[in-house]
Amino acid sequence: MAGQEQQHPQSRDSQVDEDIPEAPPAPPEAQASASTEGVDDLLDEIDGVLESNAEEFVRAFVQKGGQ
Amino acid sequence: MTAASEPAGGGGLPAGGAMRVMGAETEYGIHAPSAPSANATMMSARVVQAYAQVTRQRAAGGAETRWDYTDEEPLHDARGWTVDRATAHPSQLTDQPPVLDAEAVALAYGREELELDGQDESGTLLMNMVLGNGARLYVDHAHPEYSSPEVTNPRDAVRWDAAGDLVALATVRRLAADPDLPPVNLYKNNTDNKSVSYGSHENYLMPRSVPFGDIVRGLTPFFVTRQIMCGTGRVGIGQDSSTPGYQISQRADFFEAEVGLETTIRRPIINTRDEPHATADKYRRLHVIIGDANLSQVSNYLKFGTTAMVLSLIEAGLAPRVEVYEPVAALQAVSHDTSLTATLRLMDGRRVTALDLQWMYHEAAAKLAQDTGVGDALDGDGHTHAVLEHWATVLTQLDNDRKAAASSVEWLAKLSLLEGYRERDGLEWNDARMGLVDLQWADIRPEKGLYYRLLARNRMQRILEDAAIASAVSEPPSDTRAFFRGKCISSFGKDVVGASWDSVIFDVPGYGRLQRVPTREPLRGTKALTGALFERYREAGPFLAELLGHNAPPAA
Repeated sequence: MAGQEQQHPQSRDSQVDEDIPEAPPAPPEAQASASTEGVDDLLDEIDGVLESNAEEFVRAFVQKGGQ
Repeated sequence: MTAASEPAGGGGLPAGGAMRVMGAETEYGIHAPSAPSANATMMSARVVQAYAQVTRQRAAGGAETRWDYTDEEPLHDARGWTVDRATAHPSQLTDQPPVLDAEAVALAYGREELELDGQDESGTLLMNMVLGNGARLYVDHAHPEYSSPEVTNPRDAVRWDAAGDLVALATVRRLAADPDLPPVNLYKNNTDNKSVSYGSHENYLMPRSVPFGDIVRGLTPFFVTRQIMCGTGRVGIGQDSSTPGYQISQRADFFEAEVGLETTIRRPIINTRDEPHATADKYRRLHVIIGDANLSQVSNYLKFGTTAMVLSLIEAGLAPRVEVYEPVAALQAVSHDTSLTATLRLMDGRRVTALDLQWMYHEAAAKLAQDTGVGDALDGDGHTHAVLEHWATVLTQLDNDRKAAASSVEWLAKLSLLEGYRERDGLEWNDARMGLVDLQWADIRPEKGLYYRLLARNRMQRILEDAAIASAVSEPPSDTRAFFRGKCISSFGKDVVGASWDSVIFDVPGYGRLQRVPTREPLRGTKALTGALFERYREAGPFLAELLGHNAPPAA
């Protein structure tokens, strides 16, 4: 399985792929620093992604029962 | 090898740790914004149909295959009885093919909608597919559902579950490109926040010899609290979200019983459906219905990894001896306490936090892994060590570094976005934009889904490379019977007329009748056992002849 996962290194879009090794887990500090940067920048991006007319969109999302 | 001398689920896998035969089921929320009153079952059928069209392009001969219902037993209860069909809720009768023929559709929805939809060549709407990666894609009630192929470890569980999100994405793209149909959005979530919930289930193979009472006792305190690592987060409290606020789990408010057979009504913490989909006197399939659908890879990894380890503890008779007072209320109390400081009352009088309980399970699991040797970093089973490390890291961060935890724990990642909006725009919890962030978090399109926006900025940790997930869309796992099922579909799809978890049915020219190949042992039919056979044959007839030990059928 590990062999398979190494095949065809490719990027589906412009994302940066990071292979985080199974052991030891990635140091939490490195991850944490990323999440403290650019919150406003992130919200600006998400403003542009959110569906317009939040109220109507959320109200219309009605599901039938499932398991 | 001490306590866990009995083989772990499936036999043949190292016992005592995180390896076990397991799989995921995801029901997607479905919504057509331009046609909000469209029938959900019909839209779900369109999703399955769309994937058939996608795979037809990808694989000559077609990849869609009917489901074989012969061995489905949804009314068998693990406690030892079977529910009378007449008294069962209609949604429990999952062994009847939900195939709508053209007449039934016309009667239910009118001719116009039928004509709009298109059908396959046989005149029936496609409700079921078996995929080349060994998964099943089908219409479950009013949702499209992807059931992952069987895997042997939590890393692969995440991989093939995430592959399902790419399958779902392919259907969304296909429908969006069809000018005659309304675009459909799919959401990997578990509630519409208007009192309806739909599930994401986990399945774990266990030896039947483990008493069910031990499973209930060992799992309940764990299930009440594991949501602090793998909850997806939800805006609103109560089944109908009528109380403003934020909670850890999508599902917790929809659970009303401790143990039971139902999955759609009176949902129980421990579900007793007993359909092993394997040799019934050896195995039970533990059907877990309490989890949230995860996009976060770490949350999903911990959901499968820690649960598999707790099952190993139960099999070894070493689960922590704790009993939570009123577990259903405790489940909801944990979900409603994002500070993680609330204490739960145990039957022995102690009061502990959800974190305390998780650490008890971690400690017991680490000890068993050490005693059996499967947890060794170098000489272990290759999975248990990593699960224990991730488990400990996340519990530690939840206690003392929530910002760090937000890069892996899904409910915290979502909460960090929501709090950003609350701070910047002063939004209340019942503001529609809060609800929209919650909903759109789970949109499976990378350009619209807010989880994927965070992933693109490397604000969410990965367990797997994108390429590994992408290849799992078409490749089956190599080490379970899903390999055989998937390869039969991708190699001989035109001759496969039916399939299920424990069979593949061929209709091959030259054979007088259908050939049903049983696959009742989950760890057989692997690449090691059947890979060479698939490489030797391009035609199903000679392939089957060697597999079944027949003489080759006459050339068609």
